[in-house]
Amino acid sequence: MAEKHATTAYSRFKNPGFVTRLRARINRGDSWLTYDLRNLLPGDRVDQDAIDELETQLLLADIGVDATQQVIGRLQTLFDGGKLYKPVELGRALREHLGSILAPCDGPLEIPDDVRPFVILMVGVNGVGKTTTIGKVAAHLKNQGKSVMLAAGDTFRAAAVEQLQEWGRRNSVPVIAQPTGSDPASVGYDALAAARARNTDVLIVDTAGRLHTQGHLMDELKKVRRVLGKQDDTAPHEVLLVVDATTGGNALQQAQQFHEAVGVTGLAVTKLDGTARGGVVFAIAQKLKLPIRFIGVGEGVDDLGPFDSEAFMSALYGDK
Amino acid sequence: MFENLSDRLGDSLHKLRGRGRITEDNVRETLREVRLALLEADVALPVVKQFVEDIRERAVGAEVLRSLTPGQALIKIVQEELTRTLGEENSELNLRAKPPAVVLMAGLQGAGKTTSVGKLARHLRERQKKKVMVVSCDTYRPAAIDQLKRVAEQVQVDFFPSSADDKPVAIAKAALAQARKSFHDVLIVDTAGRLAIDEPMMQEISALHGQLEPAETLFVVDAMTGQDAARTAAAFGEALPLTGVVVTKVDGDARGGAALSVRQVTGKPIKFLGTGEKLEALEPFHPERIASRILGMGDVLTLVEEAERKVDKDKAARLARKIKKGKGFDLNDLADQMRQMQEMGGMAALLDKMPGGAQLPKGAAGMADETQITRTIAIVNSMTPHERQFPDLIKSSRKRRIATGSGTQVQDVNRLLKQHLQMQKMMKKFSKGGMKKLMRGMQGMGGMPPGGGLPPGFGR
Ligand SMILES: Nc1nc2c(ncn2[C@@H]2O[C@H](COP(=O)(O)OP(=O)(O)OP(=O)(O)O)[C@@H](O)[C@H]2O)c(=O)[nH]1
Ligand SMILES: Nc1nc2c(ncn2[C@@H]2O[C@H](COP(=O)(O)OP(=O)(O)O)[C@@H](O)[C@H]2O)c(=O)[nH]1
Ligand SMILES: [Mg+2]
Ligand SMILES: [Mg+2]
Repeated sequence: MAEKHATTAYSRFKNPGFVTRLRARINRGDSWLTYDLRNLLPGDRVDQDAIDELETQLLLADIGVDATQQVIGRLQTLFDGGKLYKPVELGRALREHLGSILAPCDGPLEIPDDVRPFVILMVGVNGVGKTTTIGKVAAHLKNQGKSVMLAAGDTFRAAAVEQLQEWGRRNSVPVIAQPTGSDPASVGYDALAAARARNTDVLIVDTAGRLHTQGHLMDELKKVRRVLGKQDDTAPHEVLLVVDATTGGNALQQAQQFHEAVGVTGLAVTKLDGTARGGVVFAIAQKLKLPIRFIGVGEGVDDLGPFDSEAFMSALYGDK
Repeated sequence: MFENLSDRLGDSLHKLRGRGRITEDNVRETLREVRLALLEADVALPVVKQFVEDIRERAVGAEVLRSLTPGQALIKIVQEELTRTLGEENSELNLRAKPPAVVLMAGLQGAGKTTSVGKLARHLRERQKKKVMVVSCDTYRPAAIDQLKRVAEQVQVDFFPSSADDKPVAIAKAALAQARKSFHDVLIVDTAGRLAIDEPMMQEISALHGQLEPAETLFVVDAMTGQDAARTAAAFGEALPLTGVVVTKVDGDARGGAALSVRQVTGKPIKFLGTGEKLEALEPFHPERIASRILGMGDVLTLVEEAERKVDKDKAARLARKIKKGKGFDLNDLADQMRQMQEMGGMAALLDKMPGGAQLPKGAAGMADETQITRTIAIVNSMTPHERQFPDLIKSSRKRRIATGSGTQVQDVNRLLKQHLQMQKMMKKFSKGGMKKLMRGMQGMGGMPPGGGLPPGFGR
């Protein structure tokens, strides 16, 4: 990413109605955290059972064994030290600790006005929502008056090119594509050349889903990255890893290995509208501290917004 | 994070050692570790609780065989119980219905439904000589219908065209009528991914089910799914009378606890595993394989089976004798090993099955890919029997001759000789027990040797 200069202007991704949507979708009515807390702590005193049960709830939310043990460890210390009497105190302490895990991940995607085209490379395992996220991001950038171009770098999956082209049509945004089976690096190269020629503001490069364990496919991804750098050695400016919120512990492996291979600069967490409880966000935050750029709560264009740890905690807690 | 159950149990196992019987007391701590290990493998918590309870009941009071420590006995119980819970292996599709037998696919977004339609279609066409038609009722995701069309072309089955402007139920109805008219044996129906909490979409899929009266209704789930697997499976199970499960993306390094959760929650058999993006990558379900994987023990069992089936026993025995007698591991042996490895689907396939994507020692890793194996065999074939037995003889002029003879470069010959040297060292290390013992060690939870496992055949 380019150095921040006082003189450089940045634009941010905007989606005004998103916070309301996030609240409605992430808990589908009732917040699991507050709901569980209320049911966990019916009395007016915190006891050991309540803490044990809380551990269970965190595990159920896919926060992961490591992060859960860290949080519960801290609460246990407070409890043992006689600092947790009332349920509200436990609730507050929990929120504080969970919030402090997420805070380092605040960092919205900023697009400097003097970098053009700003190149975003989308990566991730199969079926997580890369293409859909591209469609959503493109729509919003377009609405903000930016010119956007897409590159159909998934040259493997059947009709992946057509899927991206459909998003291009919906958003009236050009899509650079080659036939299925072509070299994705070459698609990226052509697209960047086209984006430069047309002075496009943002180029988003789709890639085929791949498991982080597939060495040859990770090499292919490195090549896409390298070849993008040939025309502009600062490109790609953002390597966005997309993670599905319903993923369990494997999300950590994904994040670590993709990061090692192509230097992830930001995350997008999708499918938070399901019954997944968003725990994977904590698991990743605790291990990697990468900025979370976007969260997705549905299949429509408006179901994507910037991540903000405060707003996220508040949605999880069902604040009114 | 702990690599596997044996690591995790390390400490508490020590405490159990030397006692002849598993008691409520000495097992408590160990069971806590089992619980955490299962949670780390993404088994859903309610399933874990039930499972640990079952284990406790079976374990307490169990006699411990003389040859095992109580800890090992407990792990054996865990593995057996896990395998049992995961269910019978390899249940084929039940298509005994008036043709066309309908197979309906259901699952979350991106789970692998469309790809699985292609894989099943291919399987039925090739293995069971069925006349198969496929149809997409996914009118939502952009290009979903196109995707199935391409997939159908690839596996050479008939595709019933549909349009995103049609209603899914109408599409299903038309496809069924067509399949009947054209005497197809099987109609596989792809559907859009949907969330279990999305009421209208769940109603839509029950309507599809009512319309189609499928012989099989398969729930497709991604092996990487976390705790959500149980909740989702329960909701799909309530909305639809499921008949089976397909677990996809098993080719990754996910521990696959979702398989256990879904099996427990739905009570339906896991019928197939998706093991890759290619349309051939469909495997019958083997409970032991998934059990070992959930426990972090890799596919040791499958590996043993495969090794036993494919490895030439005589050659292996000869090699073992030779090594025992203190004779070196020569280039003939190396070439034999390479050939055996090739028969077993190559090193990559083997490595995939090893615990935690095991790594080979440095020297051997270079031989991992298929072209390397072929090249190695070619090089050895260009040597004289004497040279194969005494590789030290191979100096520069011989190297040039061998390289020319095998169509390789002198540096390839050099690399092979160096690798052979490293292998020889490794062989010495393992010659005392050999692969069999090594594997038994792993099954008995002796833990993996540092640096991961060796392919079978080595060191026998
Ligand atoms: N590695 C691997 N990838 C798989 C497997 N099965 C499916 N995929 C990939 O997972 C992604 C999603 O697969 P699809 O078959 O499109 O999934 P779907 O459930 O039909 O998805 P939607 O229709 O979008 O809900 C694609 O990139 C597939 O190539 C598998 O067993 N292993
Ligand atoms: N419910 C839900 N579905 C999503 C979300 N993002 C993507 N999807 C769906 O997930 C599936 C896979 O998405 P796709 O973009 O094709 O994934 P890719 O393979 O990573 O490019 C599609 O059916 C999308 O509609 C989300 O935030 N919520
Ligand atoms: Mg895609
Ligand atoms: Mg599909």
